[in-house]
Amino acid sequence: MARQRPEPVQVVKTRRDGVLAALTGSIPYAQFLGVTFERRGDELTAVLNYSDDLIGNPLLPAIHGGVTAAFLEIAATVSLTWATIWDDVESGAIDATSLPRLPKTIDFTIDYLRSGLPRDAYARARITRSGRRYASVQVEAWQDNRARPFAQGLGHFVMPRKPEASGV
Amino acid sequence: MAKDPDSFADQFISALPHARALGLRVVQVEAGIAEIEMPYDSRFIGDPQTGVIAGGAVSALMDTCGGAAVMSHPKNGGGTATIDLRIDYMRSATPGQTIRARAEAYHVTRSVAFVRATATDDDTDNPVATATGAFTVEGKV
Repeated sequence: MARQRPEPVQVVKTRRDGVLAALTGSIPYAQFLGVTFERRGDELTAVLNYSDDLIGNPLLPAIHGGVTAAFLEIAATVSLTWATIWDDVESGAIDATSLPRLPKTIDFTIDYLRSGLPRDAYARARITRSGRRYASVQVEAWQDNRARPFAQGLGHFVMPRKPEASGV
Repeated sequence: MAKDPDSFADQFISALPHARALGLRVVQVEAGIAEIEMPYDSRFIGDPQTGVIAGGAVSALMDTCGGAAVMSHPKNGGGTATIDLRIDYMRSATPGQTIRARAEAYHVTRSVAFVRATATDDDTDNPVATATGAFTVEGKV
């Protein structure tokens, strides 16, 4: 059997970026903070786009610890959802109009390793367990040096119920 | 060091750009205990299908409230920074309702303040979230 011809690059990009934009665009609080996502294949990097409103301590100045916490949690939640739906996005079973509910955070722990500088920050999450009902996610945020994170987080989530399979 | 609670409360919020951005209101800050409110705002929604406030916004409120409690503690000489914070989300906050956090620095050493906090909406018997954290303590000048 002849190998199926790969899809044109623009078809692939449009599909993936469309779903990602719908996913991140659906969270008002991510827009309030200025959190966006960059994608390389299935790998996501969350970006906290700096603004003066993110400052907690104006004397240093440093990014507010609550902003850092929220940034890590958004990065974890979106990355977890993205990893969960990836196969369905590729098959076409899920598109920008049929996204699942977001996972619910059970708990979230943040380690503040150094103060956040007044500039953009980046975060990547690693899904350490992704079950039918529960998931664990590690997330790390950095600014200038990838090897010197300024915060790390660990979160547990309840996964949304999958809609009943069609025809059942 | 005596701290006038009212002026400290006003100064605290106005000095923190992100606390202003969140519209936080200090209810009480005194001797290691802080109460801060976050009125409902559609910009803070995490789940657009339900209108429930994002967990991250509750985290920001908890962190601010914990920091305020530490700063107001008589053993702390000035500012503080969060070392770590764990937040447990017990239930979704009811859309439209103000969330109020109460934090207490329940043990303060020369270098570390241990804090616990609770957040509630109008149903004050069922917390929305609880938090525990460690904050830095600055020496007195």
